[in-house]
Amino acid sequence: MEKSTVIESDRRESKTGNMLDVESIRKDFPALNQDVYGKPLVYLDNAATAQKPQVVINAITEFYSTINSNVHRGIHYLSQQATEAYESARVTSQKFINASESSEIIFVKGTTEAINLVASTFGIENIGKGDEILVSNMEHHSNIVPWQLLCEKTGAKLKVIPINDSGELEMDELKSLLTDKTKLVSIIHVSNSLGTINPMKEIVTLAHEKNIPVLVDGAQAVQHITVDVQDMDCDFYTFSGHKVYGPTGVGVLYAKKMHLEKMPPYQGGGEMISTVSFEKTEYNTIPHKFEAGTPNIAGVIGLAKALNYVNKLGLSAISAYESQLLTYASAEVEKIPELRIIGRADRKASVLSFVLENIHPHDVGTVLDREGIAVRSGHHCTQPVMDRYQIPATSRASFAFYNTEEEIDRLVKSIKRVVKLFG
Amino acid sequence: MMNQLDDLYQEVIFDHNKSPRNFGPLENADHEAKGFNPLCGDKINVYIEMDGEIIKDIHFDGSGCAISKASASIMTTLLLGKNKTEARELFEKFRTLITVEHDYDEATLGKLVVFAGVREFPTRVKCATLAWHTMQSAINNDGETVTTEKNE
Ligand SMILES: Cc1ncc(COP(=O)(O)O)c(C=O)c1O
Repeated sequence: MEKSTVIESDRRESKTGNMLDVESIRKDFPALNQDVYGKPLVYLDNAATAQKPQVVINAITEFYSTINSNVHRGIHYLSQQATEAYESARVTSQKFINASESSEIIFVKGTTEAINLVASTFGIENIGKGDEILVSNMEHHSNIVPWQLLCEKTGAKLKVIPINDSGELEMDELKSLLTDKTKLVSIIHVSNSLGTINPMKEIVTLAHEKNIPVLVDGAQAVQHITVDVQDMDCDFYTFSGHKVYGPTGVGVLYAKKMHLEKMPPYQGGGEMISTVSFEKTEYNTIPHKFEAGTPNIAGVIGLAKALNYVNKLGLSAISAYESQLLTYASAEVEKIPELRIIGRADRKASVLSFVLENIHPHDVGTVLDREGIAVRSGHHCTQPVMDRYQIPATSRASFAFYNTEEEIDRLVKSIKRVVKLFG
Repeated sequence: MMNQLDDLYQEVIFDHNKSPRNFGPLENADHEAKGFNPLCGDKINVYIEMDGEIIKDIHFDGSGCAISKASASIMTTLLLGKNKTEARELFEKFRTLITVEHDYDEATLGKLVVFAGVREFPTRVKCATLAWHTMQSAINNDGETVTTEKNE
């Protein structure tokens, strides 16, 4: 595959034989280089949003300083340049997840909007009274609520695949929940609160045996592992730019062409039409049919820069380094007797959720914060996961390729402080 | 910086966190409310037995961080025997203490002064006030679950 040759040749190898030259990578991210409360920042909240490399920040400034203009509208020079940059970002996004055509890439605000788009177009058309939508116990609220809203409107039912104590899907239950009534399966690829990497290819195969389409929420996947939507064969795939080192307010919905062509428009307005008269409006071709109004042009261009940045490091090198970080961090925190890791799946991305005996995650978060360590304490928009483990919340450290073992040492030291303080 | 942490987590707060007073349901409760902080998952129930205008007995239970638990615990000890108006006034004073005021009146606030450090931690103000909002709702018999996302 062409993609992998790019990855191999451009990968930045460190002199010491590490997979990535983290020291030099860190210099690309200006926000990492700051003190909070007088201490060097340790940013371990990457699952909430990732920091941005300078090239992404520059791309946005440069757009507004040079070719700023609207896309697909003007015949003037700037508009042509902007349109070209915007459409080339679509190709970059297409290649990033190996979609077969760039028209299968719809730019949206983020994962949340992508799922809502599918629910209110594909969902409304194909899911009716008595039908079932299958999600899992580990979904983010954004892959629960849009379906509940759809169920309210249509009389369909939401079914839930349970998870085991390690935080893995119960595959046998999944199989028995796939019935004639099931009209859509919508599953998180990588869990944001447990780190679990779900076996999407296997799930898609099972669902397709019964002709059930599958949506995959990839918000926590594309930054950690190589995603190939053709190989996975999913019908829909979604991700957010800001979690993959790009700007906020931009994301991608991938959908198979056969679905996009049948789906009704999402929003009405400019750009999504080909002709409008008061008698009849003809819709534009895909993907434009689903991109009503002026899009987030600078954001889309910034996203392409971010994806190129990730490609340069190479997702295989990123995965390997991050899994090394996760292994190290898990082993270190395990030495703390009061600590319990939530989410122990065999296949995990670099997300480490934990609770401390008799110490509330909110208190953990406050103490770590004052040590300059940013983690997230809360339910991570996955309240059903918290209910499953009967905990109110967890503290979550999520690692990116720019994090280091030294930072993990500081995390562990501070957790020990918390235990001592509250113990 | 660790000084601010020490100010936040005073000994009294650790004490009430570990052994909360008036913890658990109240058999003769005639007023009850639930409080919820959706941001961190704190859940609290406040149970009150009223004698006319007077709080005859008050309990709480639920799960929460050290700040919210200690705040609830200390609140129950202070409100015993107080009337509705006094309870509301104390809540107002408490809220001022942890959000704006720098010179506070120790005499009226009593034990609550241990929460003065919360002011330096804006993200924790909701933890400290959750029990109080819930108490207010129980007295008013609103019957609605209090959530911090509506009240602050
Ligand atoms: C797994 C998962 N799905 C969906 C979302 C929602 O993404 P966004 O807020 O960018 O729309 C998130 C982000 O928190 C997530 O982690």
